[in-house]
Amino acid sequence: MRQTNTFKKSLWVFHLNTGSCNGCDIEIVATLTPRYDAERFGIKLVGTPRHADVLIATGPVTKEMADRAKRVYEQMPEPKYVMCVGSCGSTGGVFYDSYNTLGGIDKIIPVDVYVPGCPPRPEAIIHAFVKLWEKMDKKAEKSRPVKKRKQANKNKTVNKDKTVKRSKIVNKRSTILTKRITEQK
Amino acid sequence: MHDAYKMFLGPVHPALEEPIFFDFKIVGEKVIATNLKPGNAHRGIEALGMKRNPIQVLYLSERICGICSVSHASTFSRAVEAAAGIEVPERADYIRTIFCELERLHSHILWAGLLAHEIGFHSVLHYGMKVREDVMDLLEYLSGNRVNYGVYVIGGVRRDIPKEKHEKIRQSIKYYNAAFEKFKDVFLNDKTIRMRTEGVGVLTKNDALKLCAVGPTARGSGLNKDTRQDWSYLAYGDIGVKAQLPSQVTGKINGDVLDRTIVRLLEIKQSAEIIERCIDQMPKGSLVSEPKAAVILSRLKNAEGEGIARTEAPRGELHHYVRLAKKEVVDTWKAKAPTYNNLMAVPVMMKDAQIADIPVIICSIDPCIACLDRVSIIEGNSGKSMNKYDLHELCLRKSEMFGKIERGHQ
Ligand code: SF4
Repeated sequence: MRQTNTFKKSLWVFHLNTGSCNGCDIEIVATLTPRYDAERFGIKLVGTPRHADVLIATGPVTKEMADRAKRVYEQMPEPKYVMCVGSCGSTGGVFYDSYNTLGGIDKIIPVDVYVPGCPPRPEAIIHAFVKLWEKMDKKAEKSRPVKKRKQANKNKTVNKDKTVKRSKIVNKRSTILTKRITEQK
Repeated sequence: MHDAYKMFLGPVHPALEEPIFFDFKIVGEKVIATNLKPGNAHRGIEALGMKRNPIQVLYLSERICGICSVSHASTFSRAVEAAAGIEVPERADYIRTIFCELERLHSHILWAGLLAHEIGFHSVLHYGMKVREDVMDLLEYLSGNRVNYGVYVIGGVRRDIPKEKHEKIRQSIKYYNAAFEKFKDVFLNDKTIRMRTEGVGVLTKNDALKLCAVGPTARGSGLNKDTRQDWSYLAYGDIGVKAQLPSQVTGKINGDVLDRTIVRLLEIKQSAEIIERCIDQMPKGSLVSEPKAAVILSRLKNAEGEGIARTEAPRGELHHYVRLAKKEVVDTWKAKAPTYNNLMAVPVMMKDAQIADIPVIICSIDPCIACLDRVSIIEGNSGKSMNKYDLHELCLRKSEMFGKIERGHQ
């Protein structure tokens, strides 16, 4: 399903649990199942990182999982995005001073979207997907070759001209109208 | 005869919801030996708890596991109350019971969906999640939250369930009973599900006793034990709970995946009944023994003593041990989750299973790794975790050392 100009296919997500409490994981499942049904936008859970576009990571990253999280991320094909769900994954959350957690997924892999909350509601996770699409659009826009970008800008100005012309016509009409009204008076 | 080969499962695998590592020895398609290594989700929560005061730890205890959050909060608060000698009003006990049972409902419904998902029956997963969302709605209606409810405080509960809210609860209970009938129909009469669950992952009564299995795993093997029945707490003593056994439906006990399924399905119905009776019998009274948190906190600071509490969590018996020693912080805190016992039964269930049955068998004990991973012993800074034999070795060395010292003294 086409959601943006740049990303033409459905988003496939891989869910990685780096020692979370299940709270965030269950909300992700709730997001994808009938009530909130993110699958209608083509967002689908896949079984391997090699098929995924987005990595949804939860949990405060225990020392044991740190290396694995990195390896999972490296297996994903480009372009890849990371969404971090939950306060734990963003900052370490309640486990911030533990001896066995690193506190935050961004310590190991780059994160694109953070969803705060302990746990965030499914609506918040869907909102995060919208933000991710916006981000993808922006990124794609930046990475487009300069020539094409210029052309796109030109097209934009043409559009502007059209609107200007239209507004002139409207203005003309309105002046005629006002004239008539004053004449009637 | 083929040679045996090894297959690894986890810690990141689509058949597992949480990180844990399995190591199977397989001949052909048959599993002949199973080894497992937990520890990936260990967050050092008990050590964290010993740096915080009991009211903060209550918040932390809810985050041990997102699915059994009420069970942990309930057990911890009861252990602290036992240690400090705080009385809980009767009405608070009833409200706590309602939350415990609602949690059991949503956990079992989710589990039924997950089992069907492991078998490959995805529509049941989606149906289960739909029913579960109704429980979540009710929980949100009563507590304001979806996962970590924050309803428990030490000495009582934070929110009341007034008369106006009873009507909605009754309506929901009707819905759960209808869902129960549908689940029962699917799991007992569907030919595919029966083929995948009957005679798979058998745990005999004797093995269950020896391995100290708890909760639905034990009851599925015919052990008549349920903490709510044997050591009743909260309002369960007034209500009278009986352990649900699969023989109530099928007339016999095999200890296979199907039996564990039946136990959980029966418990869905039982939980709905308990909630209904709690609403009917709810006594009047206050919600907390002491409304001011500061007063409770100062009392806990000056308290000295030990407390143990046991709860029947959705997955089985849950223990918390707390010691207070006239300190700002909790002196000692130990939590033992039901999965700790039940996971030990997995290698026995796996004996002679097919590779395709591995996810079904693992799912059948309803593992909760976030609850399980409490302690791992690590040698120095090497990062190497120690097993039974290493610890035994250490113990021998230590006694040798003591022996030398003693001999030296003589
Ligand atoms: S953010 Fe909260 S709900 Fe999510 S994994 Fe962490 S503790 Fe659990």
